[in-house]
Amino acid sequence: METAVKKYTFKDFTSDQEVRWCPGCDDYVILRSMQKALPEMGVKREDVVFISGIGCSSRFPYYMNTYGMHSIHGRAPGIASGVKLANPNLSVWVMTGDGDAMAIGGNHFIHVLRRNIDLNIVLFNNEIYGLTKGQFSPTSLVGQKTKSSPYGNTQPPFQPGELAIGAQARFFARIGGNNPKDMTQIFIEAQKFKGTSLIEVLQNCVIFNDGCFTNITDKAVKEDKQIYLEHGKPMIFGKEKDKGLILNGLKLEVVTIGENGITQEDLLVHNAKEQDPTLHQMLVRLEYPVATGVIRSFNDVTLEEREDALTAQVKANSKFKKTDDLFFSGETYEVK
Amino acid sequence: MITAKTKQQPEVLEAVIIRFVGDSGDGMQLTGTQFSDTSAMFGNDIATFPNYPSEIRAPQGSLYGVSGFQVHIGSVEVSTPGDNLDLLVAMNPAGLKTNLHAVKPGHTIIVDTDSFTKKNLEKAQYETNPLEDGSLENYRVIEVAMTSLTKEALKSVEGLDNKSITRSKNMFALGMVYWMYDRSREHTIDFFNKKFKTKPHIIEANTKVLNAGFYFAETLELIPNAYTISPAKMRPGTYRIIMGNTATAWGFLAAAENSGLELFLGSYPITPATDILHELVKHKHFGVKAFQAEDEIAGITSAVGAAFAGDLAITTTSGPGLALKGEALGLAMMIELPLVVVNVQRGGPSTGLPTKTEQSDLLQALYGRNGESPVIVIAASTPANCFDYSYEAAKLALEHMTPVILLTDGYIANGSAPWKIKSAKEMSTIKTNIVNEVKDNWNPYDRDENTLARNWAIPGTAGLEHRVGGLEKDKVTGNVSYVPENHEYMTHIRAEKVKRVQNYIPDIKTEFAETGDLLVIGWGGTYGSLHSAVKQINEEGYKNIGLAHFNYINPLPKNTEEILTKFKKIIVCELNSGQFSKVLNINFNGFEFKQFNKVQGLPFGNTELIQKFKQLVD
Repeated sequence: METAVKKYTFKDFTSDQEVRWCPGCDDYVILRSMQKALPEMGVKREDVVFISGIGCSSRFPYYMNTYGMHSIHGRAPGIASGVKLANPNLSVWVMTGDGDAMAIGGNHFIHVLRRNIDLNIVLFNNEIYGLTKGQFSPTSLVGQKTKSSPYGNTQPPFQPGELAIGAQARFFARIGGNNPKDMTQIFIEAQKFKGTSLIEVLQNCVIFNDGCFTNITDKAVKEDKQIYLEHGKPMIFGKEKDKGLILNGLKLEVVTIGENGITQEDLLVHNAKEQDPTLHQMLVRLEYPVATGVIRSFNDVTLEEREDALTAQVKANSKFKKTDDLFFSGETYEVK
Repeated sequence: MITAKTKQQPEVLEAVIIRFVGDSGDGMQLTGTQFSDTSAMFGNDIATFPNYPSEIRAPQGSLYGVSGFQVHIGSVEVSTPGDNLDLLVAMNPAGLKTNLHAVKPGHTIIVDTDSFTKKNLEKAQYETNPLEDGSLENYRVIEVAMTSLTKEALKSVEGLDNKSITRSKNMFALGMVYWMYDRSREHTIDFFNKKFKTKPHIIEANTKVLNAGFYFAETLELIPNAYTISPAKMRPGTYRIIMGNTATAWGFLAAAENSGLELFLGSYPITPATDILHELVKHKHFGVKAFQAEDEIAGITSAVGAAFAGDLAITTTSGPGLALKGEALGLAMMIELPLVVVNVQRGGPSTGLPTKTEQSDLLQALYGRNGESPVIVIAASTPANCFDYSYEAAKLALEHMTPVILLTDGYIANGSAPWKIKSAKEMSTIKTNIVNEVKDNWNPYDRDENTLARNWAIPGTAGLEHRVGGLEKDKVTGNVSYVPENHEYMTHIRAEKVKRVQNYIPDIKTEFAETGDLLVIGWGGTYGSLHSAVKQINEEGYKNIGLAHFNYINPLPKNTEEILTKFKKIIVCELNSGQFSKVLNINFNGFEFKQFNKVQGLPFGNTELIQKFKQLVD
């Protein structure tokens, strides 16, 4: 029986455990944004489950007063898939990092996206391994000096959005780790979305990779360096709202409104719901401006919907109601 | 000289062992299954042993591509597929070459002479044709041009290509064997009608070839007379033939029904465990959720997730897969969730012998995880009791809130036997540790005082929100704890919880003798071989030889030490280099555990066991 969802506040989602991230870490912003977003989602607290792997990001479930599991390195997508398939009524969240999701857990990461189970994945991308104290990760830049690359990293990075959309992600959003207001909204959007949603948070690691996103997320530059995409709205950015994106051949190009006869009408209009991922792929790869907001949100059939439909069909046509019907069916014989 | 023979009564035999061999595409598995099913329905006791290469269609005629199916049928109790053959049906020279050693001297070999071509003889590394060089003079060889006779029989059937015609020659062989052993063709013809419902010309072709083989055997005097094997004395009831893997799957279905939980399987295909996945995916009508994951790890992690969310969760695999699942199994142990891992053992190490049997994952099951990580380990011992032990594995997992490893092996998983059908209603009840009510001072690690099982609060239950994880946890609250004494306490309590399972499992019983000269010890899938060998040696007049066969490995039954003291000598027989023997040595001081080990990817033979036992008591 459905009962009305109680009106919660962020306190209802705060556990009694002391938060142990480094002072100044963006993870605090993510935690608080989640605790603020949940009361707005219309889900019951007992129906919320956080599953994490290993890493700084993965301590997250301990701080939420919901059901949760801090599991093993890279495997949260598998565990979360099992939770959701066992009980599709739950709101299931995977909290992961760049190493957890794309190095040790890379296989699970691509397959969970391909299947489109109704899960939400928050990827804390800080381009470094924090909990093991500073080795390069699959998103670290070439040349980046870390404890395991003292002369500079030689391994080219993944762009998480590109990998995810390549793996058929239907929902991909990106947000700066210092932007709780939009992050909260994106979490709510992700919960509403039926299917696997992936949110990449550009998360600063104050200890091992401090300032890795400063030139994108810092208050002073963010409006000029980021384009915050909204479905149905023109692709416009800049402090003066005078810059925008157009398509020039097979490339995105930054233009200035008022220059070379460009008007707002010439700019691309963001269509997050488009099935064809071509333009979404261009947007996630864009280095200037860096695309944030909900970049892709294509509604598709979920795995649970497919499974439920099949189960209903099989049940309706089956003569097996109890195991006895199966065990005593077919070729049996009597011994007298 | 060929003459029509006079009709005579078939000679009555107590038991017979038959092996069908041919190329891996010759349909030997189907032929053998049809013969064994027909015999079981006639009322015989049966045991089967499929033995095939891991290549799906190995090169034709090659020695390593030979696929075989052995069946032992009897009017007396049959507990193994047997050692030495009364009849070998060899569809090609490679099959003859690789199996001749098993045929009892003076007994019968049927060969398809059409396949004894120069090319096939070379592939089988025969320098001369064994049908001509006198090397088979100690056997009764029945030479039949099966391929040509099959073609002849199908002349009038339209719409058949050459390949389909040649492929149905196995039915010619089956028809002959049906006549020889006085079996009805009805079951097999019914099978054609069902299997090829939409292809009437295939039904017609197979039926024609089966009949042709039957009549060929009847009218020609190549075969002196027919034999029959009377129905066995079996407990009255409704039976069916069941394969071990199917029985394993069905045990879980019964456990789900009796516990009122939904069944979740997370799995990745691996030989020889995949048939459990194949079976469970069919049963959506019971609400079974069978999830084929991207790898072994996701197979178990999805099951851990499903267990957290309140399903009866299982994962199925074989040796290499268990290695991959180790870390997640440790997590399930740490967070104390009910989970069953089925390991259908195969020849190892590494990829090993995927289609062959072995018992070499015992120590992996017991110890193959980081840290001190005890889980319950039990083993099924016959194709039919895979049902009982998968049910038991589920029951123990749910009642004791711990992972359980169920060990079976390729031999019992692929073997089939009559199963006196059990209704789920006949099985013991299952009481889960699910908690629904919010009590004051509730903690996720509150334990049952007897079993030490923690209570199971499932997402969706208001007021019981809690976190679990792989980090060590406080003994009361379940919150992360690095306190040294607490870690030691928790390590002990996890071990104690598994140990207390002893109070809930049956004592071990010895068969044939309760005290005496020699105790034969086995575990798991070797039961049939050991039972039949110990039975035989007792029948030969050695009255003081007992058998103790273990299904519960961790913990061991409470009375284990007691039975060890009752015999002068003890021999532990295993299809590995002595793993259970090590376990017994660790647990019980002052005994000498002699070993009989075999690591050939094959089950024990009756003769080798009896020889060994006699050495010890003579």
